[in-house]
Amino acid sequence: MSHYLSKNVIYDKILQKNKTLIHCPTSVSKRSDKMKTVNELHKIREKKRKELDLRINTKADTREKHILVCHGTGCTSSKSPEILENFKKILKEKKIQNVRVIKTGCFGLCAKGPIVIIRPEDTFYAMVTPEDCEEIIQTHIIEGKKVERLLCKDVDGSIVNRLDELNFYKKQKRIALKNCGIINPEDIDEYIAFDGYEALEKVLFKMTQEEVINLIKESGLRGRGGAGFPTGKKWEFTKIAKGEQKYVVCNADEGDPGAFMDRSILEGDPHSIIEAMAIAGYSIGANKGFIYVRAEYPIAVKRLEIAIKQARDYGILGKNIFKTNFDFDIEIRLGAGAFVCGEETALLESIEGKRGQPRVKPPFPANAGLWGKPTLINNVETYANIAQIILKGAQWYSSIGTENSKGTKVFALGGNVNNIGLVEVPMGTTLREIVYEIGGGIPNGRKFKAAQTGGPSGGCIPKEHLDTPIDYESLKEIGSMMGSGGLIVMDDTKCMVSLAKFYLEFTVSESCGKCTPCRIGTKRMLEILEKLCNGEGCESDLYRLEKLATNIQKASVCGLGQTAPNPVLSTLKHFREEFKEHAIEKKCRTLECKAMAEITINEEKCKGCGLCQRHCPVDAIEGTAREKRIINQEKCIKCGTCLSNCPFHAIG
Amino acid sequence: MKEEFVTLTIDGEVIKAKKGSTILEAAKQAEIDIPTLCFLKDINEVGDCRMCIVEVEGKRGFATSCIQKVEEGMIVHTNTPSILEARRVVLDLILSNHTKDCLTCVRSGNCELQELAIKLNVRNIEFPGEIANHKIDDLSPSIVRDFNKCILCRRCVATCKNVQKIGAIDCINRGFESSISTVGNKSLNDVNCTNCGQCIQSCPTGALHEKETIDDVWNKLKNPDFYVVVQTAPAVRVALGEEFGMKIGTNVTGKMITALKRLGFNKVFDTNTGADFTIVEEANELIERLKENTHLPMITSCSPGWVKYIEMNYPELLPHLSTCKSPHQMFGALIKTYFAKKEGIDPKKIYVVSVMPCIAKKFERQRDEMKNNDLYDVDNVITTRELARMIKQANIEFENLEETTFDNPMGEATGAGAIFGTTGGVMEAALRTAQDILTGKSLQNIEFKQVRGKDGIKKATVNIDGKDINIVAASGLANAQKILEEIKKGKANYQFVEIMACPGGCVMGGGQPIKTSKTRSRIDIRKLRANSLYSIDEKSKIRKSHENPIIKKIYQEYLEKPGSNKAHKLLHTHYMEREKYNI
Amino acid sequence: MNKNLNCDNCNCIKKDEFLEKIFTIYKPEKDNLIQILNEIQEHYGYIPMYVQKELSEFLSIPMAEIYGVITFYSRFSLEPQGKNKISVCLGTACFVKGSQKIMDRLTERLKIEPGQTTEDGLFTIDQTRCVGACGLAPVFTVNGEVYGKATVQKLDQVLDELMRH
Repeated sequence: MSHYLSKNVIYDKILQKNKTLIHCPTSVSKRSDKMKTVNELHKIREKKRKELDLRINTKADTREKHILVCHGTGCTSSKSPEILENFKKILKEKKIQNVRVIKTGCFGLCAKGPIVIIRPEDTFYAMVTPEDCEEIIQTHIIEGKKVERLLCKDVDGSIVNRLDELNFYKKQKRIALKNCGIINPEDIDEYIAFDGYEALEKVLFKMTQEEVINLIKESGLRGRGGAGFPTGKKWEFTKIAKGEQKYVVCNADEGDPGAFMDRSILEGDPHSIIEAMAIAGYSIGANKGFIYVRAEYPIAVKRLEIAIKQARDYGILGKNIFKTNFDFDIEIRLGAGAFVCGEETALLESIEGKRGQPRVKPPFPANAGLWGKPTLINNVETYANIAQIILKGAQWYSSIGTENSKGTKVFALGGNVNNIGLVEVPMGTTLREIVYEIGGGIPNGRKFKAAQTGGPSGGCIPKEHLDTPIDYESLKEIGSMMGSGGLIVMDDTKCMVSLAKFYLEFTVSESCGKCTPCRIGTKRMLEILEKLCNGEGCESDLYRLEKLATNIQKASVCGLGQTAPNPVLSTLKHFREEFKEHAIEKKCRTLECKAMAEITINEEKCKGCGLCQRHCPVDAIEGTAREKRIINQEKCIKCGTCLSNCPFHAIG
Repeated sequence: MKEEFVTLTIDGEVIKAKKGSTILEAAKQAEIDIPTLCFLKDINEVGDCRMCIVEVEGKRGFATSCIQKVEEGMIVHTNTPSILEARRVVLDLILSNHTKDCLTCVRSGNCELQELAIKLNVRNIEFPGEIANHKIDDLSPSIVRDFNKCILCRRCVATCKNVQKIGAIDCINRGFESSISTVGNKSLNDVNCTNCGQCIQSCPTGALHEKETIDDVWNKLKNPDFYVVVQTAPAVRVALGEEFGMKIGTNVTGKMITALKRLGFNKVFDTNTGADFTIVEEANELIERLKENTHLPMITSCSPGWVKYIEMNYPELLPHLSTCKSPHQMFGALIKTYFAKKEGIDPKKIYVVSVMPCIAKKFERQRDEMKNNDLYDVDNVITTRELARMIKQANIEFENLEETTFDNPMGEATGAGAIFGTTGGVMEAALRTAQDILTGKSLQNIEFKQVRGKDGIKKATVNIDGKDINIVAASGLANAQKILEEIKKGKANYQFVEIMACPGGCVMGGGQPIKTSKTRSRIDIRKLRANSLYSIDEKSKIRKSHENPIIKKIYQEYLEKPGSNKAHKLLHTHYMEREKYNI
Repeated sequence: MNKNLNCDNCNCIKKDEFLEKIFTIYKPEKDNLIQILNEIQEHYGYIPMYVQKELSEFLSIPMAEIYGVITFYSRFSLEPQGKNKISVCLGTACFVKGSQKIMDRLTERLKIEPGQTTEDGLFTIDQTRCVGACGLAPVFTVNGEVYGKATVQKLDQVLDELMRH
């Protein structure tokens, strides 16, 4: 199909600037001399597995050491490539043998980045700077001691020697993220070492199409993109759909603000997606795949390109894979900044070169997808589970999770929580476990107010539901949804009306404009919310809001419109009092809605430390020395800076 | 193949519907009405507006009845309280972002949105808010776009892009900011618009309408210094009655003439007579080209939307176009020369108004080539719709008018001129004349039914004087494109091609009465209007243009003979390559 | 292809070469539109009108449709971008950590709204969705470089620095 500008040059440029760009040299390479037979792959696996044992085995019998440097987007943006280069340079200068420096995907605990881990001993260094490399080599590698000051500290302040000692990791179970942070994503051999492409081999040689589909069905895997449709069923529908030409598509247009698990998988373990797409291709009878990925993810795009090229070189993609009759190849298509393209039919439109406007369903993509042909679309995280289900069996997978939601789910934990990052937990883990045990609780001594799941399609969960086991059904029951897995924690300084407004602003700016309810309805909802936040609302606005919301849910064409009212409806349900205060009393208890706020200092609590005064950008706070401070309301711009800086919570 | 049926229940009625039909179609079968807005049969079936939502038992959410196919055993509800509320909210939202100056709107009384607002009993806007504010584009000589009345149904986009394969307009921006516009929000005048006006025909509201020029006509009528002559195109007489509640396709020639006279025109002429001139000139041109075997196939040039299209898109094929002006232009030129001289009127004081089914004619009459001695052949073009408005404005009770006939000395026309108004008609008329000239006889087999009917492309081979001539009549610009590609690639062996820009020809022109989506999906409007023209032809005493005594007389007295220098000066024109985009 | 193109910036010849290269590498198929627009956006920093015209000829797609696609996707812009591009992340994680304040400060100081460029052509500001650095929330980016744990003060420093150069 299309060709791309060849440009490793541009890639380098991008990565230097850490700037988004582009294209993948998918010019189909000729049969390379690197082509591998199945036996050769086995040999690579055996040899590499031994070599890499230290990555997962702290007692590995080796004299080697591997310094793993996280190259996820978070760490990359805080200079991890420089750290990697520094390590290499120093090792070379000091002529140290038996130590390798490896770039890996995301470790998950992004708040502590850049992260460096030394294996086999599993030492976890946090917030490393390029200047620290010298000391790490000297102290850790040469002298065999730990660099105490760089060791990661847990929420309680205790020093953590090893990665797996962190509370953050204890409750996690990594399936989709299995290789992230363990292997070098740009080296196919490392992927092969950890069972890579074994599932594809098994499928091609030992299983029929039906057997694969049945296995996926039995595993209970459901779509991780949001709605949770059973994956096996989707495969089955696409397989039985009539059509010579079929397609496999990977939805990597991760758009929920605050969710980045798909990106981490693509950056940390791209081959797992390629393998799963090939397996899907075999199962449904497709020989062509597309990965639709956000152009805003340059690192993911680059790693995918490398992975596709390596797979082609090895003969894992292309014609007659493993000398069977099965052909399969993958092309990358870049998005161009439209959230709605995460909706499957909008994504198809976009691949076809059009405005990403969703199609009315039915017909579903399984019957009429890309260019009207039967098309299977799954999300990145869904694919990331496939190979392991094939290898370990449906029973293994379905033993994890709850009655109707099997396996694990990756969440992007963010907001007012101590451990910000990516976590993968079995379905059924409670919100409390995630927030308090894995997430380490709420910082600054604040109280938990709500957690938002599912991004702009989801809802807010109040503290009453902290013990709800997280799975598709129970989230829906409490008015939220799984969504792609964003999990934002909010403390008691957050205004729920303003939060609902925030999500509506997002939906309004991302609505494609195709259908009436979403195009105009979400705008009207936003206008009502703006009124409320400005203290111009009235009680009837709440009813109008509800009426609009329920009708938009029912009448919109696609998932975006149908779920857009969720943030409003769920906050209205769980935090109605706050809405009423805004509407009737014209009051915002968190003072976030500035139009109504009057910030004052509680005389009793104020200790006269003056911190608020120092931080006030407009000198609105009066008082000297240890005097209790007073806010000059005329000068105050209600920015809230004093609030967040008061150590005694005296301002409100 | 045997047709398969499925049985389903809609609102309690058990219905046997064709497999593959939509819920909307099945409901129609049982006379159950489901409101629609963005739906335009075969053209725009996208389910955007959400008016046609229904409930299907066992299915999550609402179903889109204009798209969703019927299934065996389906149980459908079209009017539960929940659907009615949702529809009402959706309509409220549309109205909340719509300029509601209904009283002064050009579409008042014939607006699908207004109709729905009445039907759904809208008394106030429950969810008011920001209203999009767009600049009105009235720079095009033919079309005015007022997107403050646009409801984003995209019927116009589908028509322009898919039916006509032009794509002058499309949806731009996204979300609430979405609008239907041109590249860079340019005026239609500066982009690849052909002025065919099919977008107006598909618009449910007043967002797209013709550039109205009635006021100029009124001004000239009341000014005694001007001698105001009106001519009416063939397709107008079979559609005008619809604006007064008469049946589609009713022939109202006599009433129309009476109305025009009452409006105060000094002379009421028939463009069909102009069409007879076109035929005579064009048949001669064809014969010449056949003889010399140059620039074949010859392609007709009566449709100004089509002419602009080829000028913009296939300039290399321009030599194939007949150099004949279109009938009303020829006629205008003769009115200001032959007629003026004969009646002793100063041509500068003659004001020629053409009543046309077409809005591209508004553009055509302003072309520099359409002048003679610095005077435009035609001074104003109004559409069928505009004429109806004038008649209403003058308080004339159209339905009750007596019937009169066209004025002399240029009032007689043939059946050949009448069928100009439908696809295939120009060709048929030209062939009648050409075969007589070539054989030197007056032949009786004058009906060329191969080029009649609804198909967008009609090909045939006719034998004239022992020679096979391959002919094709295409209507709609998408079909025109197909034929032009064939010609361009040398794959075609046609000698004579007729092309009309509007699908179905002038009877379906952009200036004709606008029919609702519902009417369009239930009635074959083209057929009714075209049949009416064919019956005018059948009833005509003279059915061949060259036998029209007026034609003969004017050639004798003034033009000498077809193709003469004088004829060329007055009746022929030339074409030029045009930039598609003025950017 | 028309060699004498009018464009708002200089070095026309170079641009022509780029377009010609694009037109040889990509096939004139409709589904390549977004891929090609991505290339053009990257190369020119925006999608000039004359390029849209060329593209319309090349892909046989009406200009209105191309314009519709460009205005649909937020990554494409119709105007040249400023020398420095500052984007504030308004993803949820950053929003919850107060990134709106950063944005407010930015619009206040540069007196332009998101998506606009300052008159002197020095700055273009924008809001982005998650850049994936939630661990560093709130973040803003300057010419692609991520500034984490941002504060109004930090933004001011960066702006002062950029204005000095």
